[in-house]
Amino acid sequence: MTSLTTKYIEIQGVEQTFKTRKGPFRALQNINLTVARGEFVALIGHSGCGKSTLLNLIAGLTTPTEGSLLCANREIAGPGPERAVVFQNHSLLPWLTCFENVYLAVERVFSETETKAQLKARTDAALAMVGLSAAAQKRPGEISGGMKQRVGIARALSMEPKVLLLDEPFGALDALTRAKLQDELLQIVATTQSTVVMVTHDVDEAVLLSDRIVMMTNGPSATIGEVLKVELPRPRSRVALAEDIRYLGYRKAVIDFLYTRQGHVEKAA
Amino acid sequence: MVSAVFHSPLEAAPAARSGDKTKARDAGPAPSSAAHKDMMTNPPTTPAAVQPPAPVVAARAPWDASALWLAVLPPLLGLGLLALVWELVFMGTGGSIPSPRDTFAQAVQIFSDPFYSKGPNDQGVGWNVLSSLKRVAMGFGMAAVVGIPVGFMIGRFSFLSRMFNPLISLLRPVSPLAWLPIGLLVFKGANPAAIWTIFICSIWPMIINTAVGVQRVPQDYMNVARVLNLSEWKIVTKILFPAVLPYMLTGVRLAVGTAWLVIVAAEMLTGGVGIGFWVWDEWNNLNVKNIIIAIFVIGIVGLVLEFALIKLATAFTFEEVKN
Repeated sequence: MTSLTTKYIEIQGVEQTFKTRKGPFRALQNINLTVARGEFVALIGHSGCGKSTLLNLIAGLTTPTEGSLLCANREIAGPGPERAVVFQNHSLLPWLTCFENVYLAVERVFSETETKAQLKARTDAALAMVGLSAAAQKRPGEISGGMKQRVGIARALSMEPKVLLLDEPFGALDALTRAKLQDELLQIVATTQSTVVMVTHDVDEAVLLSDRIVMMTNGPSATIGEVLKVELPRPRSRVALAEDIRYLGYRKAVIDFLYTRQGHVEKAA
Repeated sequence: MVSAVFHSPLEAAPAARSGDKTKARDAGPAPSSAAHKDMMTNPPTTPAAVQPPAPVVAARAPWDASALWLAVLPPLLGLGLLALVWELVFMGTGGSIPSPRDTFAQAVQIFSDPFYSKGPNDQGVGWNVLSSLKRVAMGFGMAAVVGIPVGFMIGRFSFLSRMFNPLISLLRPVSPLAWLPIGLLVFKGANPAAIWTIFICSIWPMIINTAVGVQRVPQDYMNVARVLNLSEWKIVTKILFPAVLPYMLTGVRLAVGTAWLVIVAAEMLTGGVGIGFWVWDEWNNLNVKNIIIAIFVIGIVGLVLEFALIKLATAFTFEEVKN
């Protein structure tokens, strides 16, 4: 295969320093990571370890102090619809209906090549994919947190992004809703063959969803501590995996990293 | 007048939002969404939102006399107290302040023919109110046309904000009437000078509130705009304008309130037709009953303006922004 399929996203020697009142603060250093096309990668680590910073770098919302980021062999110079982000707090515009929120994204990406009817069909399809056709004409204030997050996912997917970036997308949801959306995300990713980078602090979520888990050391100057390849067959079922020895092994490995090797720094901080 | 923003229905916004988030983390969604809903329907600051519980009570007990009583009795008592104090003042001053009854009779007579016109100095109260409102509308309208875009620019670009903040801080505390001579000098006429005074006094709240609104647009929305790579036009129409609208309407409301305060004083000085001039004219005639009537008319018109703008503001405040 070509290098493009194995190195779809390429992060080389990235360092991120923020200027603060107390002087420069180095959040990330020496980050090297490649993500293959169609791969699902989870970034996990304690809060403040810079996993969201890294995601923002891939999104192009911030630029690195050192190093380079490539997506499909092109330098990531700024944010763009080919790298869609699902934000933790859904970030829907409250004055637009669910339909209009998704349409805003669809219109931006496809309005030059497609007719209005096609744009509407795309929007409807995206909402149908997350099971929200019935709520299309509701405003975000009228639907539940889980539904809002689904609209956020629909908005991101409707742009047919090259890469889907998820920033703790289910962090604010209750356990049952979270599980349901994780299952839906598994299905959607299987259908669309998306390349996904997801920030999470949930060990089960990371093991259930990803092909690789990137575990980050504690900040400041956080870096990648370990990368765990999750070789569980797909499609994956939450219920079947619950007693799977391999699943439990992966889970143990992540917990071990987070709480045994990286746990003590939290106390010092 | 930046602090005035906090009087808006948005008051609960940041507190409610952050409170909601921490609750969601601590206790799961069920209690948090309940609290969320509770805040949504009952924000303590919005008069419109206080109304919903009333129909619920009425539905349970079809004829709940005590609720009705509580809604009607206290305002009536308040008005009664005013009439009583007024009557006492009437008796205490030996009749130089007219009694409520005589004033009411006079009011009935005046309002039976509000739109007569006997020359420029003797017109019905309706014409006076209308020409005052016309001046306010013109001055205020021009202030909105200038002030709201300026507010947007100041809010969007911190360079402009730093450039104009000293100017605004310097000019805003100046009494609007201090601008009247400048207006008379430049425009060489009483009417444009009065409009100019309204313009200068109502522009500040609109600039400041719009600018604060733009500065407080949640970063999340701007991130959405950046990820979608929206054009500046789409950012303004789909994100900035709707997000700023409630703040802007607060500015508009404050501006109209100030303008209505100022027009009376300005008209007293400039003359012509107008409610302020009418008050001064009746003072020269020593017709105290008409002065008192004018005070009530000014109060009621101000109340109606305020109420209409509050209604407008609540209609354009969306739940997420409200909370």
